[in-house]
Amino acid sequence: MSFWEYANPVKFLKLSGIVLPYFGTLAAITIIVGLCWGFFFTPDDYKQGATVKILYVHVPSSFVAINAWFMMLIASIIWLVRRHHVSALAAKAAAPIGIAMTIIGLVTGALWGQPMWGTWWEWDPKLTSFLILFLFYLGYIVLWAAVEDPDTAADLTSMLCVVGSVFAVLSRYATVFWNQGLHQDASLSIDKEEHVADVFYYPLIVVMTGFVLFFITLVLLNTRSEIMKRRAAAIMARGKI
Amino acid sequence: MIALIFRDLRIAIRAGGGFGLSLAFFFIIVVFFPFAIGPNLDLLSKVAPGTLWVGALLACLLSVERIFTLDFEDGTLDLLVTSPLPLEGVILSKAFVHWLTTGLPLVFLTPLLGVLLGFQNSSVIFLIISLLLGTPALSIIGTFGAAITAGIKRGGLLLSILVLPLYVPTLIFGAEVARRGIEGFETQTSILLLLGVTLLSWAILPFAAASVLRINLR
Repeated sequence: MSFWEYANPVKFLKLSGIVLPYFGTLAAITIIVGLCWGFFFTPDDYKQGATVKILYVHVPSSFVAINAWFMMLIASIIWLVRRHHVSALAAKAAAPIGIAMTIIGLVTGALWGQPMWGTWWEWDPKLTSFLILFLFYLGYIVLWAAVEDPDTAADLTSMLCVVGSVFAVLSRYATVFWNQGLHQDASLSIDKEEHVADVFYYPLIVVMTGFVLFFITLVLLNTRSEIMKRRAAAIMARGKI
Repeated sequence: MIALIFRDLRIAIRAGGGFGLSLAFFFIIVVFFPFAIGPNLDLLSKVAPGTLWVGALLACLLSVERIFTLDFEDGTLDLLVTSPLPLEGVILSKAFVHWLTTGLPLVFLTPLLGVLLGFQNSSVIFLIISLLLGTPALSIIGTFGAAITAGIKRGGLLLSILVLPLYVPTLIFGAEVARRGIEGFETQTSILLLLGVTLLSWAILPFAAASVLRINLR
């Protein structure tokens, strides 16, 4: 049995139908537990007060926003190389979730930035590259909507995703070069020295897990509905002839 | 390939090719900035690099749409695909012609506009360098975008949404070269980075654009 079997829409629908409720429940549990833990059972930061708790929404959503693009990139490459339809549809399904997460990340960031940095917006490299990421998502989604033939649309968007990734990475480093920022350096790297304090760290990990599970749930759900839409269109087309 | 370059050049220069169009557009945009910002030359000379860069970007964007649509509609593109010249070569020559007819004239127009925006003679050279190195990247990236939207009716607006995010690194490094040069900092790093973006784009995008065009012509 190989992983590629699930490129078959029927098998994918069957498997995803089985695992979907588990992912959904797990996501709900971890997000609720993590957020409650983070909001009510951690101390306020000695400098930032209660605003530090925005962390529990800001960081996971930003994390998912970036990694959704990576997932789309991988799915696009799989589509270009092996031409599995489920893969193309999964990439399509992930885009709206990614853009929503990007917006959540930007908005919570602004809400957090206002009391802490004294500004809603600053042209800080991380903020700027997130805004650029938002533009990339926008272009990708618009291109899907603009092309009628589904296979052509999948091909074009996949190429856009691959080329866009190169330029997104370039933009990321260009913004660092362009302006020094307000953000702290990495707070979650494996290197324990630079971590945020453990009291904040553990609930954060739980919420992040929850967001990732939530993302997987939504992608599966969206992909399933895309497959079903595709089928419905096929049945309609047959009915006309 | 050379024949193709000359053919496209001839079409671009003769009437209806839109050769002067993007140039005029660039000129108008830059001239309009003082109207919007006010006639203060000090302020104008500060925002001038950005103004010229944004103007160049929009002028490029306006003209890339024409690269493939006309050839796509009258079937020339089909002939080019079946010709012995690889499609990557077609893309390269199209992008090169686009740069010759849009990017290069913009560079020549820059000193004149520099005067209008209150530039010192010595600093305009950095603006010219940055545009000279940066506009080729704008052309090839625009060509890629045009290849994506070749098959789409009324793809103009879509094209700008697709292409503008891809322009970000070029714009940042290009404007950085101009800004640093004008303020008297060292410019070597940013010049090299800008050149890097341009060369990278010319190295990878012809392949991407060719494959996208093949998809559109299927």
